[in-house]
Amino acid sequence: MNDTVSKETMSFALNEASRAAIDREVAKYPEGQAISAVMAGLRIAQEQNGWLSPEAIEAVADYLAIPAMAAMEVATFYNMYDVKPVGRWKIVVCTNLPCALSGGEQAAEYVQEKLGIGFNETTPDGRFTLKEGECMGVCGDAPAIIVNNTRLCSWMSREKIDALLDELK
Amino acid sequence: MSSPDTPQSILLAGLDGDNTWGIEHYMKRGGYSALRKVLESGMTPEQIIAEVKKSELRGRGGAGFPTGLKWSFMPRNFPMDKYVVCNSDEGEPGTFKDRDILRFNPHLVIEGMAIAGFAMGCSRGYNYIHGEVWSLYERFEQALAEARAAGFIGRNILGKGFDFELFAHHGWGAYICGEETALLESIEGKKGQPRFKPPFPASHGLYGKPTTINNTETFASIPWIIDHGGEAFQALGKPNNGGTKIFSVSGHVNRPGVYEIPLGTPFPALLEMCGGMRGGRKLKAVIPGGSSAPVLPGDIMMDCTMDYDSIAKAGSMLGSGAVIVMDESTCMVKSLERLSYFYHEESCGQCTPCREGTGWLYRMVHRIEHGEGRPDDLDTLDNVASNIAGRTICALGDAAAFPVKSFIKHFRPEFEYHVEHKRCLVPVEVQREGSRIYVEHAAC
Repeated sequence: MNDTVSKETMSFALNEASRAAIDREVAKYPEGQAISAVMAGLRIAQEQNGWLSPEAIEAVADYLAIPAMAAMEVATFYNMYDVKPVGRWKIVVCTNLPCALSGGEQAAEYVQEKLGIGFNETTPDGRFTLKEGECMGVCGDAPAIIVNNTRLCSWMSREKIDALLDELK
Repeated sequence: MSSPDTPQSILLAGLDGDNTWGIEHYMKRGGYSALRKVLESGMTPEQIIAEVKKSELRGRGGAGFPTGLKWSFMPRNFPMDKYVVCNSDEGEPGTFKDRDILRFNPHLVIEGMAIAGFAMGCSRGYNYIHGEVWSLYERFEQALAEARAAGFIGRNILGKGFDFELFAHHGWGAYICGEETALLESIEGKKGQPRFKPPFPASHGLYGKPTTINNTETFASIPWIIDHGGEAFQALGKPNNGGTKIFSVSGHVNRPGVYEIPLGTPFPALLEMCGGMRGGRKLKAVIPGGSSAPVLPGDIMMDCTMDYDSIAKAGSMLGSGAVIVMDESTCMVKSLERLSYFYHEESCGQCTPCREGTGWLYRMVHRIEHGEGRPDDLDTLDNVASNIAGRTICALGDAAAFPVKSFIKHFRPEFEYHVEHKRCLVPVEVQREGSRIYVEHAAC
């Protein structure tokens, strides 16, 4: 873990809204299968905390009454879980082949140039983290960028990248 | 954005962008009439499965397995829970068709799944939706709420004593979960690592219960088949390749996007629908069925029709119908390098040949691309690929091997040039111009 994150900021408890959201997920699965809601639970905890600290993962596991290691395995397997701190805005640019043919790679170069960071790096002010994306299933929208896991931005020209990065304070 | 339908559309017909996905418009388009027909006319599960068999509908996710046959594998008279699962974990590079079904016509999938549930005696279903398309997960949840409120899912549907509950489950960034048993593991709250088969999901699936998993587009085809009959659906395509198919076209065409056309449509006709080659450049190669399908040289592709059998005969796979078009500005070594990186990144790590082999493949293609290739690398690559394919639990190993073998088979001189001259055959500035940021076609 990042040494600069103090013990204090890493303590974590699911808030009421997160618990209610997890309850709604648990209800989708058969009796005794609350573990099926671990993916949603981790997503919800990540949204609350900004990233999945070990404490956040453990809190989800405790809430679902599953072993902490079971939740940890899931958190480290799926790549949209951030098990290390990320900037306020996580920018993911798809550079896979179909996107690259329509400028995905050049869009990623442009974002790197603008932010002054490479993939898997965070700007010194903690504003942006940049990641290289694998297929998002939106190849027709290339260049495609996803912000903080849930906001898809399509057909990202240089002008649209400029506007997006300006907007994200 | 306007709807992606074509004159031949049935799955994407009559849609108006983001405005008409809701149940009110779906019902105006005749939605839920197939489910009503099934329940009110007293169609039996056997009759439904027979109709699906007649339609010659083949799985739209990539394998092309006959859907009716798959459904018939589910045990009858099984007293306990059975599940129907939809695979909307669309992450095969080049594929983005299920996205448009879920975006513009989600109730079609719900109706198809409910009919499937009735035909196979399942009272519960899940739709596993790719995490990266988050808004579609939210939209599907809204569509489910509408369908539940209207009585098309839930208890005692249309008062006919049929119970069917349906829920959405989201992925969170793992290509491997598109593999059906990895997907089941993922719904069970585990890492998405594929299961050894047999037992197949029809006997031991979700939570150990009989389960059928179909692709989004497969379920979406069901209501039309019930409404119009299996024979009519079959007749839209060609023998053994029934129906229309939604193709996702990406790469060097003027209008990348989804195109729903009858199976058996000539490839040049599809290319023309996409506005032809970008900048009028020459077609070099096509991956016709998603990144896992072997690449074909452009001239072979121009003689193909877009259906399972024609593409298989040409030496590739129709797969998910993801057509990746590459023009003469493309460096085949660089293209393969990116795909190999993908498989290395996405290998779940369970089987040694795939976990280790995909890394070998990537590192070797990477060094060839970066001018450090050795003369015997091409044979070693082929050898490593051959030792992955067929030696892993799931098809990801094969999927990593096929591009390597096919790229080298069809474009060997380009790889040899790289090794010998330590640079691309296609000048880098030509590559960059060919693959510059291209958004001119988009309704930005």
